[in-house]
Amino acid sequence: MSNEQIKEMEIERSRSLEAQFEERILRDEKIEAKDWMPEKYRKTHIRQISQHAHSEIIGMLPEGNWITRAPSLRRKVALLAKIQDEAGHGLYLYSACETLGISREELYEQLHSGKAKYSSIFNYPTVSWADMGAVGWLVDGAAIINQVPLCSTSYGPYARAMIRVCKEESFHQRQGYEIMVKLANGTPEQKEMAQDALNRWWWPSLMMLGPTDAESVHTEQSMKWKLKRKSNDELRQQFIDQTVPQAELIGLTIPDKDLKWNEERGSYDFGEIDWDEFWQVVKGHGPCNKERMDARVNAWEEGEWVRDAAMAYAEKNKNINKAV
Amino acid sequence: MKKNWPLWEVFVRSKNGLEHRHFGSLHAADAEMALENARDVYTRRNEGVSIWVVESKDITASNPENNGEFFEPAQDKVYRHPTFYDLPDEVKHM
Repeated sequence: MSNEQIKEMEIERSRSLEAQFEERILRDEKIEAKDWMPEKYRKTHIRQISQHAHSEIIGMLPEGNWITRAPSLRRKVALLAKIQDEAGHGLYLYSACETLGISREELYEQLHSGKAKYSSIFNYPTVSWADMGAVGWLVDGAAIINQVPLCSTSYGPYARAMIRVCKEESFHQRQGYEIMVKLANGTPEQKEMAQDALNRWWWPSLMMLGPTDAESVHTEQSMKWKLKRKSNDELRQQFIDQTVPQAELIGLTIPDKDLKWNEERGSYDFGEIDWDEFWQVVKGHGPCNKERMDARVNAWEEGEWVRDAAMAYAEKNKNINKAV
Repeated sequence: MKKNWPLWEVFVRSKNGLEHRHFGSLHAADAEMALENARDVYTRRNEGVSIWVVESKDITASNPENNGEFFEPAQDKVYRHPTFYDLPDEVKHM
């Protein structure tokens, strides 16, 4: 057989593997780590799962800002538990990502060098206690809307991680909303603080659900692989429709003068989103991009001696046991 | 020095009477740290009463690409299932 014929056979083989693979997903079968998968599937999953993992651990930073200043012990233990959950979510996701054949070190390296992205929402500052309320209510609220459909995504390890994440996430949103309820029913200053936090977090939260469908580059392929089950615009509409009544219930006003119930659609119409701001923040020009990255890289670098010491200790013990 | 912590697989028994089930994986320097990290990562809400950790490199797994010949021998042995046997309809308790 000539080289060309062999090459052709290989192409044919991978084509039929790919067709079988797509059929498996169509039948709602899960793909597991050691199964054959197209290279593009692997790469897309590494990108999305790692981005998700990075978001969880960078997401700890804006909230960490308020642990020592939480207004009561009740608030403090809740906030600590929430942040610990986020570390846990990051770990579930990194583990899932590693099953695709990339190491944890490579993943961190991509984050630290800026090659990998994380959710832009965490590049906004948390300037008041009310921000802890707004973040839990809106940011975790939007995250839940994004994440619930992923519990049935095609890649098994990712789907299993998401089921765990979603189970834990609802406490996050409830603790945030409870903070808002308390402030909104407090003194005029407290209510104003809550309103101010809503004003600052509303639009970035809408942006969290991603670019409009017309602008979104990955949607079609992601739909096929069940990495996405609804489009960005559908998710955004769902978020708005369920959040507006929650704001009204506690007497807060959504900062959008074009927001109006549309009887015909059974949904809220809403104003124009400032996508220039979104892309600016994505490209690294948000208020806290540098601060977040510095904090993360410092934590990693300054922890190196601890990781090394733990490893040296483990190896020493192993050698002692061998000698005995 | 720069030596990375190895990967461990975590198995959790959620309550007595049930088997240990694979929960996920994590990195740790040694077995003791792996156990403690597993407790913090996978059982923050009373999900377990017992944890096993084993270094991932010590697990030998079957290769899904060989699933055909590997699992094929079981496929034509219908006589291993109760429904294979013809019994009179009237028979009870069987």
